Amino acid sequence: MTLCIHDLAVARGGVPVLSGVSFEIAPGAALILRGPNGAGKTTLLRTIAGLQPALSGQIDGADETIAYAGHADGLKAMLSVTENLTFWAQVFGNSDIEPALAAYQLDPLRDRLAGTLSAGQKRRLGLARLMVTGRPVWVLDEPTVSLDADAVAMFASAVTAHLRAGGMALIATHIDLGLNAATFDVAPYRAKADQRSGASDEAFL
Amino acid sequence: MIALLHRDLMLAFRAGGGFGLGLAFFLIVTVLVPFSVGPQSELLSTIAPGVLWLGALLACLLSLDRLLALDFEDGTLDLLATAPLPLEAALSIKALSHWLTTGLPLVLAAPVLGLMLNLAPDGYLWLIASLALGTPALSVIGAFGAALTVGIKRGGLLMSLLVLPLYVPTLIFGAEAARRGAMGLDGTTPLILLAGITLGTIALMPFASAAVLRMTLR
Repeated sequence: MTLCIHDLAVARGGVPVLSGVSFEIAPGAALILRGPNGAGKTTLLRTIAGLQPALSGQIDGADETIAYAGHADGLKAMLSVTENLTFWAQVFGNSDIEPALAAYQLDPLRDRLAGTLSAGQKRRLGLARLMVTGRPVWVLDEPTVSLDADAVAMFASAVTAHLRAGGMALIATHIDLGLNAATFDVAPYRAKADQRSGASDEAFL
Repeated sequence: MIALLHRDLMLAFRAGGGFGLGLAFFLIVTVLVPFSVGPQSELLSTIAPGVLWLGALLACLLSLDRLLALDFEDGTLDLLATAPLPLEAALSIKALSHWLTTGLPLVLAAPVLGLMLNLAPDGYLWLIASLALGTPALSVIGAFGAALTVGIKRGGLLMSLLVLPLYVPTLIFGAEAARRGAMGLDGTTPLILLAGITLGTIALMPFASAAVLRMTLR
């Protein structure tokens, strides 16, 4: 199973931002998404994750296969680390959270309330959530924000292990993760001005 | 689904979870009414069913903007939308947990507060029955209002305006059943209509809520 994006156009707030985006991710491969701020990386990732409709084009292989991690981690401040992680594991029909705790060295923090964690620790917990979903395609939006060098290394090794197990990853990031992955620059795919008309959100209602 | 219900209930009971907010409001309203209308037990027992129903409805409304806003702010809704659980089911569960933490305590507190309002002895059973049948509809309709306004900063006022008209039929039939019961009349007809409203909203509203939530998450 591959994730296949063909001639995709995406819009944010009714304004097309990217068009003609095509790429493929094969099992075991990762793709690093690059582009300046405001280029439409987040919009592209949200569209692929199914959170908003595409203007045109096709997304194949994204049905029930994607684990999405955006800017927010979806953590509850009043729940402990294990409670947060167990909840997401159960939502995705899994139960074993130990490998995820180990991969991000969260064991010493397991009974702390998520609200008392530092920003980097929260981020590690948010990334550990990906491992309990059991989904093959990781779609990550700036996953390394607020992580220190050690935590970035943890993240890189988690992604490597995921890829080795036949998973896929699509990562928007500005830093070098040391992964053996192709990069995809979104800047040349900026939507042309003439596509900006008639693209209001009402068309999808 | 059970995981989501369990988490929501756990959050409601932890510090700052908002459990008891509706109940406290209900308590305040019904305690203050006898002070404001004066010590006329005749008048109080006439208005008791209506006041209790109105208090319960406003208490429900008060806790609605917490229903989805907190999950939206911390990104949980985005992640839930990409989870295998259908959004319709997730919203039904959220409405259920809202009812368990807000509606059910109101139903249980109503008889005690009825005593303070000099509710006629015949009315207690009808009051409890009508609240037990009607408050689930308030939660389900409320989840729809919360889904409509979830992306809007401080959308509480807008949500109240949108939701209140939808609450009117529930209020009319619920208060009517309680009023008839208190007067010693047969309240079966409004009670059946109330049950119809509740079952209809439980069956249909989650689909509407999920549809608008998909739009607001965009």
